[in-house]
Amino acid sequence: MEHSHEEIKKHVRKYIFVFVALMALTVITVVVSYLHLTITTAVIVALFIATIKGSLVAAYFMHLISEKKVIYITLLFTVFFFIGLIVLTMTAFHDQVMIPHVS
Amino acid sequence: MSTSSSSHTVDAHIHHDADHHEQGFWSKYVFSTDHKVIGIQYGVTSLLFLFLGFTLMMIMRWQLAYTGEPFPVIRFVLPIGIIGLLTMFVSGFKPSLGTTVGILFIAMAGLIWYLATGEERMPMGIMAPEYYNALGAMHGTIMIFLGVVPLGVGAFGNYVMPLQIGAPDMAFPKLNMMSYWIYLVGGVIMIISFFVPGGAANSGWTSYPPLSEIATEGQTWWLVGMVFLITSSLLGAINFIVTILQLRVKGLGFMRLPFFVWAQFVTSFLLLLAFPPLEAAGILQLLDRVVGTNFFLPSGLVISGEKLVNAGGGTPILWQHLFWFLAHPEVYVLILPAMGIIAEIIANNTRKPLWGYKYIVYSALFIGFMSFIVWAHHMYITGMGTTISAFFQTTTMIISIPSIVILTSLAVSLYGGSIRFNTAMLFALAFIPMFGIGGLTGLPLGLATSDLHLHDTYYVIGHFHYVVAPGTIFALFAGIYWWFPKLTGRTMNETLGKVHFWGSFVCMNFIFFPMLIQGMVGLSRRMYDGGEQYSHNQSVLYLNEVMSIAAWVMAIFQIFFIVNLFVSMKKGKKTTDNHWEATTLDWTATTAPPLAHGNFTTLPTVYHGPYEYSVPGAKKDFTPQNEK
Amino acid sequence: MQIPHTIEHHPETGLYNAKVGIWLFLASEVMLFGALFTSYILLRIGAPTWPHGWEELNIPLATVNTVVLIASSVTMVMSWASLMMKDFKKYKMYMGITVLCGLIFLVIKAFEYGAKFEHHHFPSTNNFFATYFTLTGLHGLHVIGGIIVNAYFWGPGSKMWKTEPQRFINRIEVAGLYWHFVDLVWIFLFPSLYLL
Ligand code: HEM
Ligand SMILES: [Cu+2]
Repeated sequence: MEHSHEEIKKHVRKYIFVFVALMALTVITVVVSYLHLTITTAVIVALFIATIKGSLVAAYFMHLISEKKVIYITLLFTVFFFIGLIVLTMTAFHDQVMIPHVS
Repeated sequence: MSTSSSSHTVDAHIHHDADHHEQGFWSKYVFSTDHKVIGIQYGVTSLLFLFLGFTLMMIMRWQLAYTGEPFPVIRFVLPIGIIGLLTMFVSGFKPSLGTTVGILFIAMAGLIWYLATGEERMPMGIMAPEYYNALGAMHGTIMIFLGVVPLGVGAFGNYVMPLQIGAPDMAFPKLNMMSYWIYLVGGVIMIISFFVPGGAANSGWTSYPPLSEIATEGQTWWLVGMVFLITSSLLGAINFIVTILQLRVKGLGFMRLPFFVWAQFVTSFLLLLAFPPLEAAGILQLLDRVVGTNFFLPSGLVISGEKLVNAGGGTPILWQHLFWFLAHPEVYVLILPAMGIIAEIIANNTRKPLWGYKYIVYSALFIGFMSFIVWAHHMYITGMGTTISAFFQTTTMIISIPSIVILTSLAVSLYGGSIRFNTAMLFALAFIPMFGIGGLTGLPLGLATSDLHLHDTYYVIGHFHYVVAPGTIFALFAGIYWWFPKLTGRTMNETLGKVHFWGSFVCMNFIFFPMLIQGMVGLSRRMYDGGEQYSHNQSVLYLNEVMSIAAWVMAIFQIFFIVNLFVSMKKGKKTTDNHWEATTLDWTATTAPPLAHGNFTTLPTVYHGPYEYSVPGAKKDFTPQNEK
Repeated sequence: MQIPHTIEHHPETGLYNAKVGIWLFLASEVMLFGALFTSYILLRIGAPTWPHGWEELNIPLATVNTVVLIASSVTMVMSWASLMMKDFKKYKMYMGITVLCGLIFLVIKAFEYGAKFEHHHFPSTNNFFATYFTLTGLHGLHVIGGIIVNAYFWGPGSKMWKTEPQRFINRIEVAGLYWHFVDLVWIFLFPSLYLL
């Protein structure tokens, strides 16, 4: 086994810390939502906080912070293709000779 | 018996039988977790689906050639029924694979009888327009999702890939079995859809909304079936990738992998990452149809002069994006395994290393990467602006380069070789120019200017059939002739094979070349009457009959293949383990692998690259990978 | 016949088979939810009007659910850590809490759905509710799947600890990766559906 007893104990302390951080961020994002900011600001703030939370889960609970190369490469491509899907589709919708939603 | 080229290989038969309980028929052949059995299951099922898809098309071709004339049912049903009876006769009516296949053929004759009769489908024996659409949609779906991909990936990939990398089985054998059964359920759902009210799905294999959303019940079945097929592919893809990453035998580095394995590797990544968006889209369309959401339905839709009452707000274009995000990579799922098969056969039969192995591998990887960012070249006509179409035109032109690199490498590999012209090699040789035509005809489609004219015409049909039919399907035939000795320990008959090849080769071109001509004149695809009603088509209408007759004649040549397949199983010439004197592990390190057993008793070790043929100074003209 | 690397790590990749497998599966899930998010964004941008999540949905309930799901993620990783420290009793406790949290999440979700139906808000009402029900519903299915797997490893599946401890630890790690991913998806769903 590659992890010693001590190391695991250290991990556990990290998990508790991450848990607290996640709770705090949840509270923050909910509180911000009650301010009813303009939609652009609200989106930026909400996604920013969500990204931090998501990264914390991925990095510590899913151990991505110290993972093997194969997994990094796979995820790198996945994220790239995901961004491709979303960005290219959105661009295509914007750069449209006919606008799809005429009411 | 083993010619024992390797000291690491012990005959698998002897060792295993001693300490192995005899498994029952069911666990050995039906609910098996052995990759070879599963490969054969995929193979048999997908061949039957290919046959069904081909038959649907033959019924359609009657309508195109002789619009408005009653369909001659007997002429179609009888030969298929007779093949079934013959198969059962050859297998002696005993419970065996042959008999099962015979029964399936007879069932298929019954199915065709059903499909080609009935007042709703064929009033007075003449095909109803909606029914023509259903046949077209199901032909496409069955051929691609139930025929070619399961044969190229499910069958060949499953059977051959683990042998080529020296693995005892797939990484997750139970998951492998599940993939097959989920695939089968998806296939059965597709078949059931022919019997539901209103018949099978009739909105094309692309299922564009809003048409698909107001279509009859068959479309719902289609969507459910697709969800199963996609799930099966995803599980399969995970299994393939893990197997290739983790189970390669000692010494088998990535640059020593046979190209076939590389092709399966890239293909699996395409399936893994491109299919989920279609699964999402399928679920959304299913919800649109079943619970009344409006993801793809715009507001203010008017159907047959009546305004549709719905919440609206959706957009059909979204479906097209999600669909083509899969469906473009899907065309490479169709072609890459085919290229893999061709590479193996060409290297072996020229008795030379592949020319530019490294570049072929890099090209395949590059194709895999690029195929995720070219999809909207199917959508120029949707009113895409110039900026975004410039992007997709550029990526489309770029992705054709690696295809050409692979094709060139394969062609140059022939130079200076002492070529053995067996049936498998003939199919492989034909693949090169046929895929060449298919690829080159794709270029004008990739440029928006010319595509605006060619889109949705028979030119597109000609283009992709050249890649898929005389391209991929020829490669799959080649693969069957090629690996048949590995499966059965016998060879297929060469004379019958050559008749099959030449007949198919000539007919293919008579079927698909005229499509390119028709398309350039402007004949639209999906025309129920073959384009008769438009004046601009008149000059090319005569080609409809030519193509139909070529299609039926080609069907006759397939009988040579079917007979060859079954007779050779029983009566083919017995041969050694390494019939083709090949270098890869599938041929050298195992004896004709016993089913439902492990592949190797002692795992071999690899010392060489995949295609070391005619190495100067070597004793033989081939150096197996596991020979020191 | 033994499949290599079911338990021991591969010398090159440094991973056992199931771990590679689950990450590949999660990669495909990223694309699945990615496509759904793409659809959501496009529909929302294209729509002439689109309600704010806080106008139509119940934020307090969803916040509680967020807390519950994050907590379950922590207990999940703790159950794995307990096994690593060879403390089977603690494993049982943490895994039990994980399953319980999953169930609480579903119950709250059911109340939420029920309230929507009472107000005659259905998926067919408009695209706002269509995306809301589809995304949360699909996520809910993932939660159900995770609960089934986790409950199995809590109950009958845990017998493996006696016979093949390392393999059992691996299984919990893999199940955990899936469960954290479900949590991660919710972390994005929550703000984009409810708070915006
Ligand atoms: C090598 C370069 C290739 C290029 C530049 C290319 C380009 C295109 C383009 C632009 C279209 C859309 C035409 C339209 O709808 O107006 C198309 C359609 C199609 N291509 Fe290709 N293609 C290539 C290779 C392939 C390969 C290798 C395959 C399959 C194995 C393939 C299969 C298809 C299919 C199935 C369609 C039609 C889909 C449909 O609308 O039903 N293509 N191709
Ligand atoms: Cu394409």
